[in-house]
Amino acid sequence: MSEDHLYLTLAEGHEDDARWAFGTGFEDPLHGVDTTVPAGVDAAGLAACCLALGDDALVSAQRLAEWTTRAPELEEEVALANIGLDLLGQARLLYARCGQVDGSERGEDAYAYFRDADAFRNVRLAELPNGDFAFSVVRLLVLSAWRLALFERLAGCADPVLAAIAAKGVKELTYHRQYAAEWAVRLGDGTDESHRRMRAALADVYPYVDELLATGPGFGIDTEDVREEVTAVLGQVLDAAGLDLPDVRPLPGSGRDGDRTEHLAPLLAELQSVARAHPEATW
Amino acid sequence: MTQQDWPLYEVFVRGKRGLNHVHVGSLHAADDQMALTHARDLYTRRNEGVSIWVVLSEHIAASTRDEKDPFFAPSADKVYRHPTFYDIPDDVPHI
Repeated sequence: MSEDHLYLTLAEGHEDDARWAFGTGFEDPLHGVDTTVPAGVDAAGLAACCLALGDDALVSAQRLAEWTTRAPELEEEVALANIGLDLLGQARLLYARCGQVDGSERGEDAYAYFRDADAFRNVRLAELPNGDFAFSVVRLLVLSAWRLALFERLAGCADPVLAAIAAKGVKELTYHRQYAAEWAVRLGDGTDESHRRMRAALADVYPYVDELLATGPGFGIDTEDVREEVTAVLGQVLDAAGLDLPDVRPLPGSGRDGDRTEHLAPLLAELQSVARAHPEATW
Repeated sequence: MTQQDWPLYEVFVRGKRGLNHVHVGSLHAADDQMALTHARDLYTRRNEGVSIWVVLSEHIAASTRDEKDPFFAPSADKVYRHPTFYDIPDDVPHI
């Protein structure tokens, strides 16, 4: 036992790879999980579900990463980047699963780097530019509340791989939702200026919320049941924050059907530029 | 914050195999809850910890350099205070 410093104890028991800076003691969420698609599971539906959830995560991760060097506080910058990295990890697993079941045998990079904007199936809320910090808070609150409610149900779904990915994600998303809810209450119940910005953020986010709640992943998961839970959670947070639901109409169309805003293509251009400039590169 | 910095907190983390909470660093936060979330994000992101304490830095009373000799020098020549004259049984850990 090296009691001198916490980080020295990390390397213990990992003599073969005692570089704690790269992390130790990690678990593979898919260890021992059978990757064959069980009989009775619709492979095309499973692939579409993994793709949509993977795209939500990848695009959200990129927007969160954009806060790096621009966040209002250093601590928030790391927090937002951490959340983005959680989502990036979810995207990788979901893309890998998609490639196993959609018949293409593509790897995760093919989905992330070598598809154009019109092939993405994320909700449009995920791709909107960051704007004000309050907007990012409200967006993260809505997306993580929905994704958590969904993943809790998917953790029991018929595909063992997606179920394992969802079970891992539940722990991450619980924190994402908590982080966003704390900031929502802090800003909504804060100063006149922070309250005003939260109201503006809600008015900007809510036209896109119905698109998120209207889509179901299949697997017999009741979309209305998810909608009810998410609506209740958001209502609870907004209550505590002293904020009212904005009176806005849902925007027509859906990112799940391929409808895009003009903001996704530039986001992907940046995200994909290195991989496309060096298509044979490995990392 | 442009006009006023958030107060400073000290962070203590208990590692997975550690016995005690160990000081790992400090951070700025507006309140205790934010300090805990910041500590989680800054100091346990590489799987380091299973428990976090945070405390406002101003609440820590510290000895000063001026007190170094009166505080610590008198114990330097009192070797008999060390339990080195006892045989410690093999099955007593962490001593």
